[in-house]
Amino acid sequence: MDFVGFLLTQCLNAFSQAAVLFFIACGLTLIFGIMRIINFAHGSLFMLGAYVGYSTVAATGSFWLALIVAPIVVGAVGIAFEKVFLSRLYARGDGGAYLMVTFGLAVIMGEMIRVIWGPHPHGVATPDILRGVVFLLDQPFPKYRLFLIALGVIAAISVWQFLERTRAGLLIRAVSQNAEMVQALGTDVQLVRTCVFGFGCAMAALGGVLAAPMVTAFLGMSASVIIDAFVIVIIGGMGSFLGSIIGSVLVAYVQVFGAYYFPNMALAIMYLLMLVILVVRPGGLLGKEE
Amino acid sequence: MLNVSGLHTFYGPGHILQGVDLEIKQGQVAAVLGRNGVGKTTTVRSIMGIAPPKEGRVVLGGTDIAGWPSHKIARAGVAYVPEGRMIFPDLTVVENIEVAQRVRAQKWTIERLFELFPALAERRTNKGSQLSGGEQQMLAVARALVTDPKVMLLDEPSQGLAPLVVRELANVITRLRDEGVTMLLVEQNLKLAEAVADTVYIMVKGRMVYDASLERFIEEQDKVKSKYLTL
Repeated sequence: MDFVGFLLTQCLNAFSQAAVLFFIACGLTLIFGIMRIINFAHGSLFMLGAYVGYSTVAATGSFWLALIVAPIVVGAVGIAFEKVFLSRLYARGDGGAYLMVTFGLAVIMGEMIRVIWGPHPHGVATPDILRGVVFLLDQPFPKYRLFLIALGVIAAISVWQFLERTRAGLLIRAVSQNAEMVQALGTDVQLVRTCVFGFGCAMAALGGVLAAPMVTAFLGMSASVIIDAFVIVIIGGMGSFLGSIIGSVLVAYVQVFGAYYFPNMALAIMYLLMLVILVVRPGGLLGKEE
Repeated sequence: MLNVSGLHTFYGPGHILQGVDLEIKQGQVAAVLGRNGVGKTTTVRSIMGIAPPKEGRVVLGGTDIAGWPSHKIARAGVAYVPEGRMIFPDLTVVENIEVAQRVRAQKWTIERLFELFPALAERRTNKGSQLSGGEQQMLAVARALVTDPKVMLLDEPSQGLAPLVVRELANVITRLRDEGVTMLLVEQNLKLAEAVADTVYIMVKGRMVYDASLERFIEEQDKVKSKYLTL
């Protein structure tokens, strides 16, 4: 019974981890699918979300408000960045340029966050209603992590249905298959790109706010999370939305159970998983080989 | 309806279009013939704004649309059926059409398109990649029509299709012409061009070197073919 309870809480733990990872990975994969851009700044946007969330909570005392303010602020930063810098690069079709520019943004944002918020970590309090634990098969489990699972599931289903059922979602899927043709059929593809980039950044910010009560807002949070997100996107298939869900769950499971059973090798196991999947399916689980 | 004059287009250092002139009257079909690499596809892509011209005018019903971005040209009433069809492989037949339908079609509604292309109606929930070449071509035409275009540009629609399917395509284009759809048809397949065109242009090295009514082209074709079209 003890073991079953342990297994249950560890599984839920992994799902809550997957939820946070999903928020960052889904934006990354959508942006890649539609723009063929690898957004190196995505981890920094996640971090910016955590800091903006911290300031919102500090100013208003409301975590719920932070969940609204941070995505709006960071989404706006993303839209401005896309319009001012990235949109000038599409015509060049030069992947290296995107790498340089988004990597540059990551560095600049990291430093700006240090200047604005200082070098020390900032804790974000868990809202009262989500404090404490519930007992599942006699094992304590944080309420906040259950909340993360619920939110992650709702977000994944919402984005999926948005992509499948709305006209905007249809255009996003079409652009990821043939942007030139979508444009020639009367849709302003540039506008679609700007919106998707902004949406991806807002989702990353949401992930940052959600992570903050567990890990605090700190300067190194972008580095670890961007690597996880890249691994997820590669495992799931670059540009595949459903792949980003599956990848998030797989990576979170490997991290949680790896950290328990092989604490020294958890990171190595994650890369091993990626390696095996790439050998079997070079385009990722749901991706296409290009 | 569409009046192109003095069109010059470059690809890098290559001067591909060297002053293209052509005219399509309302409700007519103009066919552009020519060997490979003379600039037929570039002409279509320049009119569509995908390969923007450096010089020249593209006048659609009184408005010069040369140099506009392609989505604005599409909204102005030019529909594009590209070389290679360019069907969205992971979208269903219906979704492929819906991408083009920004506003609800008045004349060419989806229901009407499925009447025109019964084969597509049967496969409406199939993915684009599951269709045959002929079905993909019909879908590309349907997708263009749903915008209720003023002019439809067709770039080598017969490419890679079996003779029987080409005949079916000719029937469709003829029917569209009878319904008053203005079309520019770029073709290598003379039979298809002869079956549907009102006027015939021949292109050589980035210029139109011949234009005539279909009747005159058929009269002169032995001479014209050996001069411009055979290798």
